Amino acid sequence: MLQAIADGFMSGAIIALGAIGLTLTMGILRFANFAHAELVTAGAYIALAVLWLTGAFMGPIGPFSFGIPMLLAMVVAMAGTSVLALTIDHLVFRRLRDRSGHMTLVFGSFGVSLVVRMIILLIFGGAATYYSNELQIAMRVVPGLRIMPDQLFVLGLTVVIVVALHFFLQRTRLGLSMRALAENPELTRVNGVDTNRVIRWTWIIGASLATIAGVFYGLTIQLRPEIGFHLILPLFAAAILGGTGNVIGAVIGGLIVGMAESLSVLFIPAGYKLAVPFLILLLVLYLKPTGLFSGSAGGAK
Amino acid sequence: MSGFSIYLIFFLIIALNYGIMGLGLNLQWGYTGLFNAGVVGFYAIGAYGAAILVGPDRDYLIGGFDLPWPVAILGGMALAALAALIVGLATLRLREEYLAIATFGIALSLQLVALNFESLTGGANGLVGLPRPLFHLFEDSTTYNLFFLGLVIVILGIVWFGLELAVRSPWGRLLRAVREDESAARSLGKNITLIRLQVFVLGCSLIGLSGGLYVAFIGFVSPTDFLPLLTFQVWAMLIVGGSGNNAGAVLGAVVVWALWTMSGLAISRVAPVELQSQAGAIQVMLIGLLIVAMLIFRPRGLIGEKTGGS
Amino acid sequence: MSEVLLRVTDLVAGYRPDLPILHGINLHVGAGEMVTIVGPNGAGKSTLIKAVAGLLTITGGHVEAMGHDITKVPTEKLGEAGIAYVPQVANVFTTLTIDENLRLGAAALDRPLAARRIEEAYQRFPALKSHRNHKARALSGGQRQMLAFARSLLCAPRLLMLDEPSAGLSPLIVQEVFTELRALMKSGLTILMVEQNVKAALAISDRTYVFAEGQNRIDGTSEELTQNQEIRAIYFGNAGAGNSASGDS
Repeated sequence: MLQAIADGFMSGAIIALGAIGLTLTMGILRFANFAHAELVTAGAYIALAVLWLTGAFMGPIGPFSFGIPMLLAMVVAMAGTSVLALTIDHLVFRRLRDRSGHMTLVFGSFGVSLVVRMIILLIFGGAATYYSNELQIAMRVVPGLRIMPDQLFVLGLTVVIVVALHFFLQRTRLGLSMRALAENPELTRVNGVDTNRVIRWTWIIGASLATIAGVFYGLTIQLRPEIGFHLILPLFAAAILGGTGNVIGAVIGGLIVGMAESLSVLFIPAGYKLAVPFLILLLVLYLKPTGLFSGSAGGAK
Repeated sequence: MSGFSIYLIFFLIIALNYGIMGLGLNLQWGYTGLFNAGVVGFYAIGAYGAAILVGPDRDYLIGGFDLPWPVAILGGMALAALAALIVGLATLRLREEYLAIATFGIALSLQLVALNFESLTGGANGLVGLPRPLFHLFEDSTTYNLFFLGLVIVILGIVWFGLELAVRSPWGRLLRAVREDESAARSLGKNITLIRLQVFVLGCSLIGLSGGLYVAFIGFVSPTDFLPLLTFQVWAMLIVGGSGNNAGAVLGAVVVWALWTMSGLAISRVAPVELQSQAGAIQVMLIGLLIVAMLIFRPRGLIGEKTGGS
Repeated sequence: MSEVLLRVTDLVAGYRPDLPILHGINLHVGAGEMVTIVGPNGAGKSTLIKAVAGLLTITGGHVEAMGHDITKVPTEKLGEAGIAYVPQVANVFTTLTIDENLRLGAAALDRPLAARRIEEAYQRFPALKSHRNHKARALSGGQRQMLAFARSLLCAPRLLMLDEPSAGLSPLIVQEVFTELRALMKSGLTILMVEQNVKAALAISDRTYVFAEGQNRIDGTSEELTQNQEIRAIYFGNAGAGNSASGDS
């Protein structure tokens, strides 16, 4: 039980990081991006590629399984994934944005998700890999609860990122512009804000957070090309549960989804674990479609 | 009969059966603008539903009702409609993308059920040894396939004819209004959510019909026939053929399925064994590229919607 | 004739390139003038303002402001061209606080200047200052309009374009809004305004354009138009006409 809660926190943190980017794009770019979860996979694998190419897996720091190169690789991967997201936006979404129905964008993102997943599969192959073969010794915190140092690192960094992002959105001009854009794009332009620039930054932030989620996933679980595919549903469930466009809501939504997935194993066969986000999603849509904390863009019509 | 015509019959049965699925999807997307991201889920329900209803009684399985095929297929369609109702009631009054997300979710969940609920679905092995409809009346499998092709064509024709009638009816004309300008449709005093729900449930039961026919033809179900890729393939068929046009939906099914099988054949012949999996990835990637490229460069497909609108 | 701040020549524009709503509009606004545009629903009044603001597709003609061609200038650069625009109804960010609304409006300015202008805005509209950390959704209709004015003035425009500032407001509040507009004019601002209420428009403005079916049909000083038989027949013949606050395309 205790262990399941701790594991739920872990996967919840990863879902939360992915869901933040998704909820921002849903709020600001106004479409459900099925390809967002693939940015998680892309980020994880770009970091792996950077580690391979530099070949410098310097020794791990302290109790962690990774060292400085891993962190550098993550930063490079954040940049790389941002470039990928901006390229996709430029090649596909920008062209579809001006068309009549916005569902065409959703459809387009559905196609893009398959292309990105297959490119990753093509380059890196289908087998599961790891960043490091270092074995970690789990710390026994209390009887019945073991935690890896990496997991603590992931949780800590997640908290730092969420707090920083909150301040960014509340205090900076760019953050203000993003919140304004989510409410009313036309009025935002009338206020003299270059909305294309804000859209670019939305992609960069979303892709960077997706990368961090992907690297954390790779660190604490493993790297597989299907990471993103399996995250599509948990990310959407978290974003909608938290209220579309609401960053803090997405974090809490992510934790709830992760926790529910983890605890579900106590009650239902593990094979159905991946269906838990869907059940949460159905429940939210039936009971409170605006989410727990109604977002800026609002879920209901 | 030559090997090629034997293969052609087989190919057409599969392709035209996808055509039935395409017609259901076209009703949802082409006419009404509903995005169903879980096509394979409703197809699987139709297939598994029919298989469980028609299957012989086996003591290690829950199902095995030994019902006649027409009843079994209708039962599969009803189950697909029920699943559509559950998803539709939750999402169709909300923002349009919620339907897409929820359908994606139900397809994924149904895949888990197919894999894990062994006493109902046979798990990874699936349900095998189902009696194929009227198989005993034919001498060899080639003539049987010819018969089955005729059956698929007749059912496709009925579905097509029915849909053409439906979209030309006052109800059908409303669909475009729902898709193009929701507020205008609402101002006509129509219940948009109800119309959407009708379309979604009807479309999903047609997708279920296609699943049932598939099982009737091959005589077994297994989870490997219901991979998420199928959803993408069927979407590629519709967007290539031209959404909003029933002829386009069927044409797209034949064209894309031909491209898919030919490219698969080419890969197995040309690509070295050690590169087969990469070649397979490229083949799947092309489906995604096809969808994206069609949306950007030729959203009306080969033969798109006939009447106005953008 | 005084300096022309805005000149619109043969403007053809609409929401879609293939469906123009404006079919060749010509008008000008001189420095220090208050000019109103009136006309029936669907005549293209709001469309003109939005087209000048760069929010629509312009397929013909051009727009000049302060002597520069701004036909292709994007909306977000409007402030640099010396023009501010207050849209109809949804003209403040309800999910942002009043302070945030103003900070966003001043985001193009460097920080010290932005802070100074925001302080000036608070002095001009003291009611806003007392609610500065409240969400704008808590404001009344009149207060929202004041916030929208305050925001639009932050970039020190020469020309202010208003789309039906009286829409949805009670008559008493409309009086307040118009009083504020007169005060703004006295301080040297030029105003181009769309107004449903023809009587009020003619009473407050120097000159008026009457739009119909995407063209400017009649124009003249507001005094002349008040005497114009056609206008009188259309707008003053049946009392109450043109008083509706309904939206315009």
